[in-house]
Amino acid sequence: MSRHLIKGNEAIVKAAVLAGCRGFYGYPITPASEITEAAAKYMPQVGGVFLQAESEVAAINMLYGASAAGVRVMTASSGPGISLMQEGISYMAGAELPCVVADITRAGPGLGNITSEQSDYHQVVKGGGHGNYRTLVLAPHSVQEMVDLTVLAFDLADRYRNPVVLMADGFIGQMMEPVEFPQAVTEPALPRWAVAGTEATRTNLISSIFLDNDKLEAHIRHLEAKYEMARRHETRAEELYTEDAEVVLVGYGIVARILKAVAAEARADGLRVGVLRPITLFPFPTADFVRIATRAKVFVVVEMSNGQMLEDVRLALNGTRPVEFLSRVGGNVPSHHEVLAFVQKQVQLSAQSEEVVHVG
Amino acid sequence: MSDDLEMQYEVARSRPEAFYERFDRKDELQHQTHYCPGCGHGIIHKMVAQAIDELGIQNRTILISPVGCSVFAYYYFDVGNVQAAHGRAPAVATAVKRSRSQSIVISYQGDGDLSAIGSAEILHAANRGENISVIFVNNAIYSMTGGQVAPTTLLGQRSTTTPEGRSAEREGYPLRVSELLGALEAPVYIERVGIGDNKQIAQAYRAVRKAIENQVRGLGFSLVEILSTCPTIWKMSPVESQRWVHDVMEKTFPLGLIRERTKDAQPHETPAPAPADLRKVLGIADQARIVPHQVAKSATNLQVRVAGFGGQGVLLLGEILAEAGLNAGLEVSWLPSYGPEMRSGTSNCHVRISSEPIDSPLVTRPDVLVAMNEPSLHKFYESVPPGGWVLYNRDAMPGECKRTDLNVLARPFTQIAKDLGDARTGNMIMLGALIECTGAVPWQSVDAALRQMIKSEKWLELDRRALARGRELMREPVEEAVHEG
Repeated sequence: MSRHLIKGNEAIVKAAVLAGCRGFYGYPITPASEITEAAAKYMPQVGGVFLQAESEVAAINMLYGASAAGVRVMTASSGPGISLMQEGISYMAGAELPCVVADITRAGPGLGNITSEQSDYHQVVKGGGHGNYRTLVLAPHSVQEMVDLTVLAFDLADRYRNPVVLMADGFIGQMMEPVEFPQAVTEPALPRWAVAGTEATRTNLISSIFLDNDKLEAHIRHLEAKYEMARRHETRAEELYTEDAEVVLVGYGIVARILKAVAAEARADGLRVGVLRPITLFPFPTADFVRIATRAKVFVVVEMSNGQMLEDVRLALNGTRPVEFLSRVGGNVPSHHEVLAFVQKQVQLSAQSEEVVHVG
Repeated sequence: MSDDLEMQYEVARSRPEAFYERFDRKDELQHQTHYCPGCGHGIIHKMVAQAIDELGIQNRTILISPVGCSVFAYYYFDVGNVQAAHGRAPAVATAVKRSRSQSIVISYQGDGDLSAIGSAEILHAANRGENISVIFVNNAIYSMTGGQVAPTTLLGQRSTTTPEGRSAEREGYPLRVSELLGALEAPVYIERVGIGDNKQIAQAYRAVRKAIENQVRGLGFSLVEILSTCPTIWKMSPVESQRWVHDVMEKTFPLGLIRERTKDAQPHETPAPAPADLRKVLGIADQARIVPHQVAKSATNLQVRVAGFGGQGVLLLGEILAEAGLNAGLEVSWLPSYGPEMRSGTSNCHVRISSEPIDSPLVTRPDVLVAMNEPSLHKFYESVPPGGWVLYNRDAMPGECKRTDLNVLARPFTQIAKDLGDARTGNMIMLGALIECTGAVPWQSVDAALRQMIKSEKWLELDRRALARGRELMREPVEEAVHEG
């Protein structure tokens, strides 16, 4: 299969089409607009629907409608637009409707700026809308993963009947890399719960309202059971040099690419440095952290936020290992050299603390 | 009822097929609705169900229920049901209809839902001429939440949030949504009706049926506004309520036809079927990459930063370089600067070409800096490691760039390009020089990249000439760095 040099944002749309997506409802925002533009180009050509909505609020509710009708459907946005979509995402989780939302993150709060931050973590991973629900969150770090994880996102959305967010930073969205595209899926069958305007689906109802407390409680427990199943079966992470790593670097998206370069250089200098990259941010790869912590001395989280994923790393390690944090925000990216210097310092500190232990 | 009366009148009680016989979705009292005595929803529901029956569309119908007292419309209608968020029914209906064009989508909304929180959604669905039918039930108040002021509340009307009555100064005037929508091009049919007496009910039914029939015929957006009653919140008897609609509400919301162009409307087109070959449509059909030969250097790891003004072809230079690397069987990455820089007129990109998988696509220490203007040279000059190359688009380096550990080719590339035929090929001359000095990719793969990306024969020829010129310039003996001034 040949490889194609393609921008991350455009790759998402082509992968979505191959995954059977036939509906895209969106609203333009930098740095995600190329996705909406590519969808405008391709959806009508493949018998799908493209519509630029009047707002992100309308767009996500259009996903609600298309998904209710049994169509694989997606949208794309960034920080401020994702905030507006939280209403619809909560309703879709409540009504158990699958959809894929691509969040090509930018810097906030408020208008912030259009360069990359990873500060959507809380609103996306923890669920920015109301109610007891989660979204499944996938974090690509290459254009190939923009393809692979988009395809996976549609499968997970259908399997769990839940919104899935593909959360990538502006770098991954804007960069070009060679990718291989998978074969197109055979047309997905109409889900049995869909409301498609046919005799067979006439008795179906899509709703998130449960007037009776006990019924709502049972519904929420049912949703929880799905999230628990996702925790058991869908957790994904990539590890590099973790077998003997003393310092484990943790990051996702573009940061993980920088961490891989840093780890390679640190290894060349004889430092035992590894990388743990969460690919699923929910479910979070807690078990991988626990396993690696048996050998590692310190974890270094690098994020383009003020420490949002950091909280999940600390929860995963539950105080068993120190967690150091390197943060850049405002659209700035931690440089290779900056991270390397930070790592060298941690190695030094770690060695010193051991000496103290030995002396004692 | 006495026997006498039964003999005088035929009891005409009928249940439309589009209603469930028993309301199993209700938790209790499954033989009756949850609506209050005298509420308009019962009558209006029956009209909708009757029209579904008459048009023979029960299996095709999808009812979008709103937030408000009619949130539970799905208790009663034996059709496909989708319950929407507050105000969003028209957005939901839009996508249901566009996804399933054979379905008949009825969006049922109250006045708080439609005219306040959902004002954007109804306006744009109407303006797009969505082929849906909207039943808009206006009772001038938020009922389910307990009687707060709505955009449709009459002047002087008391509500729990206008305890002294609505004032134009404070809350503005009652919003006539139907008249607003009537000003749009797209809607085919808008009418306001009442249900105050049998005559009005008969007219209301004709309107509801027409709004749905228009959709069956594929004509476009139809809306029926029905002035309705809420005896509970209004604190009136059902009869008083009906009288109030007639005597008071109709003065602010006059009944009648607001927009009617059913006769001129053309049926909506159905979408084209999907083509057989998705990969071809997506431009990702398998294609043989031209891999001319193994790259000369066994281990390639080239990091390039290209920078200049927007319009100098900075990003294209990088893209052709990356495509050429891919043609040569190498790993590549191309990362543009984006954001404010892009808008302020300068532009730069990071390109990596490697025989190994590429970790970071960010180039912070470029082996080659292609500086197409002076600000770019200054911005990245110090980042080039010793032994690296600087290609600079002037005939000499500025005086302050004094490093002696760099290879420099300073030429007025834009001027040379102009002399060669077109100043816009300056980027290609610099690319030619870059490929010559690094040897990272074979020339054939560069030419193949050009052919893939440059579709015009004229430009292909100009670019090829420019690349060759760049190669020549690099082959000329490299001078000691010359400084200006």
